[in-house]
Amino acid sequence: MIVTTTKGEMDDSLLEYRSGEVDNDNEFTKWTEYWLDGELVHRSAHVTLKKPAVFGGGETASFA
Amino acid sequence: MANSQSMCTSFMGELLTATHNFGTAPVRAASTADTFRGALYLASATVNASTTVYSSTGEVTGAGYSAGGVVVTNGTAPIATNSSATAGVAYWTPSASLTYTSVTLTTAFDAVLIYNASQSNKAVSVHTFGSQTITAGTFTLTMPANTTSTALLRLATT
Repeated sequence: MIVTTTKGEMDDSLLEYRSGEVDNDNEFTKWTEYWLDGELVHRSAHVTLKKPAVFGGGETASFA
Repeated sequence: MANSQSMCTSFMGELLTATHNFGTAPVRAASTADTFRGALYLASATVNASTTVYSSTGEVTGAGYSAGGVVVTNGTAPIATNSSATAGVAYWTPSASLTYTSVTLTTAFDAVLIYNASQSNKAVSVHTFGSQTITAGTFTLTMPANTTSTALLRLATT
């Protein structure tokens, strides 16, 4: 697979692959990294918001 | 039957489409939906409930990223749903992910500001997430499900 890096497009077989996930009440995040000789040359992240944390699960307006 | 004191759920939905005006009306060039944008902010920035308008102060900078962020896809109109005689929710969620393609953002960022590019960049909401950096890659922000309990924007009576 060809990966876009800071060095240009490279075959992933030449790179070290790392990835990780974060899963909590606010988000599910997955990130992927490619390293070349100890240098980070590509990093992407995909964040999925689970709910509008800014509203704290409550209401943005209320009427009582 | 009995009467119940409540804000009308339809009203809340109509707030999201600018049907009601209790003050001075903004000048609208068209009756179509406004254009909203999503801008990313550094973890060191201060965007919050007091933010009134988009500003480039504290916004991320880097290769491939344009100040002001990306257009928010708005393919689904706001929905207003009654849950009882006294409660309801009006809600809206962008209909697609916000995608920042081929960018390098080396300073950590952890927030997106949704703002109205059609109305003088007035702020709508701030949403935070774990700090990220991007290197020659893509940052994708996928929206929550557009439901009464998880939509990105919700106006609710209890």
